[in-house]
Amino acid sequence: MRAWHFSENAYPYLPPADSYESIRVTLPNRNYDPRKGAELYDRFLDEWCIAEDEGMEIMLNEHHQTATCVDPAAPLVLAALARLTKKARLLILGNPIANRRQPVRVAEEMALVDVLSRGRVEVGFVRGVPYEIAAANSNPVYTNERHWEALDLIIKAWTTHDGPFSHEGRFFHHRMINIWPRPFQQPHPPVWVSTTSPSGAARVGARGFVQATFLTGFDGTRAVFDAYRKGWHEAGRGNDVPLDRLAYAALIYVAPSEREARAGAEKLLWYVTSNKISPQFVNPPGYVPVPTVVKALRGASAPGSNFPKAVTVDSAIERGIMFAGTPDQVHAQIKRMFDHVGGFGNLLIMGQAGFLEHDETVLGIRTFGREVYPRLKEEFRHPPAAAARAS
Amino acid sequence: MPVSIRKIAGIDLELFEDGAGPPLLLLHPGRGFVASDAYVALLTKHRRLIAPSHPGFGNSSLPLWLDHPSDIAIVYLELLDALGLARIDVIGGSIGGWITAEMACMAPERFNKIVLVGPVGVKTGPSDKLDMPDVFAIAPDKLPTLLFHDPSKRRDPASMSDDELAISVRNWETVALLAWEPYMHNPKLKQRLHRVKNPTLFLRGESDGLISADYLAKYAALLPNATTATIAAAGHVPESEQPEAFVTKVLSFLES
Repeated sequence: MRAWHFSENAYPYLPPADSYESIRVTLPNRNYDPRKGAELYDRFLDEWCIAEDEGMEIMLNEHHQTATCVDPAAPLVLAALARLTKKARLLILGNPIANRRQPVRVAEEMALVDVLSRGRVEVGFVRGVPYEIAAANSNPVYTNERHWEALDLIIKAWTTHDGPFSHEGRFFHHRMINIWPRPFQQPHPPVWVSTTSPSGAARVGARGFVQATFLTGFDGTRAVFDAYRKGWHEAGRGNDVPLDRLAYAALIYVAPSEREARAGAEKLLWYVTSNKISPQFVNPPGYVPVPTVVKALRGASAPGSNFPKAVTVDSAIERGIMFAGTPDQVHAQIKRMFDHVGGFGNLLIMGQAGFLEHDETVLGIRTFGREVYPRLKEEFRHPPAAAARAS
Repeated sequence: MPVSIRKIAGIDLELFEDGAGPPLLLLHPGRGFVASDAYVALLTKHRRLIAPSHPGFGNSSLPLWLDHPSDIAIVYLELLDALGLARIDVIGGSIGGWITAEMACMAPERFNKIVLVGPVGVKTGPSDKLDMPDVFAIAPDKLPTLLFHDPSKRRDPASMSDDELAISVRNWETVALLAWEPYMHNPKLKQRLHRVKNPTLFLRGESDGLISADYLAKYAALLPNATTATIAAAGHVPESEQPEAFVTKVLSFLES
């Protein structure tokens, strides 16, 4: 199993939550102090480097107009990491290509960082959470269709080496596509796609890309992974899905003592509890299928939100969205998830959030890296990523 | 119900046809065509009403290629051909008004008189200010106060069947598809509307929180032969809130 340290680059120094309507999209940026922000960027980059020192891989993501993740141009931070690190794999999960106007530009950015890092980039593509729509001014209808057209175009741009080609698709048009540089890795960097829905996962499985799912808990994750395996199998890829094709992201905090672990886990919960969003941004028209919206209007839980309304460390652990405790406890929690969902080869560690301070974050990374990770690698082996690269 | 499905340009169009008299094309607003609305029966006493559900609304299909009101305008010109209607009066409300304006620019000779009710479709103001509130950035429970004179008149999801609710959700989705960007307008339309010399009535509900009197006046000024009028105690869909006043006003204009 490979473990990836993931930080959302949150900016937690906000006024009381009851003084604003939404932490995303509309919270005025006068609440952001760029001096504090600069210190935070330094800190989070340091923490990624420490994770590398502990033998872990690195993951970052992208959101827009939100204090929960001040990384609206993740390829820039990826480029910084390419120069600050030497050996870690660098996963960007991901590029919100349904909201990017120029897929070829994304292909260029990723190829550049792949060369800059001498082939350490893993490229994720995400449809983006619904509250990205307003910030991107992106039409909420046909995001899936745009996502897949852009993804195929990007891979073609990476893998075409004989001069310009053209693309005249439903959503994107580009003549004279001939990117420089081309990717360092051949035929192209590993591709990841995140989805939290089984219907999306079946399609990812059919293509053989790495499937990541976030905070979907025990049964939600199993449904996503089962759909992936079904899609994989039905596409004729064989019966066994290599473990390295599947990834699960959870809030994770490990410390030597239960007391320290509990204190860190409480702080990590900020990620869930601070996610206050106006309803019109949670469910833009067209983002989820009509029947899902109808069910929501009839009183089912809101679409687009996996987050429980009230959450505690214990309930988060119980649901499988958090692994926290001593090394033995966390090892057991991860094993329980692994067994429940039929296995996975990548653990995406949301290891920093809110007011979890630098020394606390580092304690979590080091304790995981030294006390938990070696056992996971030993118990849950999988073939190298290159052996099962997607087409 | 006098409803049929007609294949036009490869699209299954749901078509409501009822009444007798001179034909009248009705292009519905974003909420869709609601045949049970009182104004429908009032109109069909005097006119042969032809009311398609736009592609992606009601039970009309939505092909992947279609994403703009001008696409629908061409589909409807083809519908007029199929129905053998060389010239016709038309009422278009809100996004249906936008489709009407597109059709009128393309083929003004296909129309007699035109009524636009709280129409969207043009940009009249400065680039740093929306001509109308961003309906996609407003809390869902605040929308009715914008759209209705009496917000209690909104269709309550609890009183709708699952099918009706699904249609209403799909209608809203199609509004987003058509009007997301540029928001609620076609920048080219302003340069084309001078072609529309037909007598045209621009109507708005006095309490319409979306279409201001100023917007309506500026829109009307783009057409050489347009007048404006207001319906009291009505919002963005005056035909639904004040059916009698609406039908009286529209018929007196069309038949003058």
